[in-house]
Amino acid sequence: MSSEKEGSSATVNRTTVERKSNRELVVTRTFDAPAHVVFEAWSKPELFKRWWVPKAADLTLLSCEMDVRTGGTYRLVFRHPAFDEPMAFFGTYREVTPNRRIVWTNEESDQGAVTTVTFEEHDGKTLVTFHERYPTEAALDEALAGSAEALPEQFAQLDALLAGGS
Amino acid sequence: MVHYQARLDTTFAALSDVTRRGVLEQLGGSDASITDLAQRFHMTLTGMKKHVGVLEQAGLVTTQKVGRVRTCKLGPRRLEEEAAWIERHRQIWIARFDALDELVEHLKGKEKADVQRKRR
Repeated sequence: MSSEKEGSSATVNRTTVERKSNRELVVTRTFDAPAHVVFEAWSKPELFKRWWVPKAADLTLLSCEMDVRTGGTYRLVFRHPAFDEPMAFFGTYREVTPNRRIVWTNEESDQGAVTTVTFEEHDGKTLVTFHERYPTEAALDEALAGSAEALPEQFAQLDALLAGGS
Repeated sequence: MVHYQARLDTTFAALSDVTRRGVLEQLGGSDASITDLAQRFHMTLTGMKKHVGVLEQAGLVTTQKVGRVRTCKLGPRRLEEEAAWIERHRQIWIARFDALDELVEHLKGKEKADVQRKRR
């Protein structure tokens, strides 16, 4: 019965990343666990902060406040050595259906994305779909340019990590 | 890496204008002269030259002058950039979801242990 091993699903389950349209980014991955477990890891701040920031990134999560319920808010504050000031990301949970779906806004600018993540359980495994929709094509382009510009060291380290790890 | 950033900035700046995106779309269909493009977008020759100049600098368009006519066609860059961007995001998400996967395995194990403890 217990055929699952620590970390074994990581090699089997692939993460796909796709720019679905001019305004949308979609990331999917199947996890070898029931939906309530994945949802818990996503909705409890003390668990969320253990995986959201890639280990290789030179990014420190200074604080992580998340009130994951419909109408609740979140605020994540990061520090990166390339910047003097910490960076804050914040917004509102528009819809939270436990173990099924979380929808949140990103309110640092009026061009922020609306993100929907869904958890679909089949045979004890959970398909997670992360879907980011920007108000305009220009906003996505800007976010892409921004993320690329803001995190060069992170990318460089990730590149090194992944090159070394494979 | 810095070089890559600068190139990407130029690309996004070039793409931030609706006329320039229109020009790319047009050139995706067929090559055109600056005069053709100016007429199609109801613009002066000078105005269109500027737009094409920005696109050319970003490597999105190449131009060639034959006699008095400058012909524009799509450059080799756009898809490459998009692929590079997607690749970078893929790397972040793979790292992120691998970490989530590890955590989920851990939580699942803990849950099972809790259930067994309660049964005893």
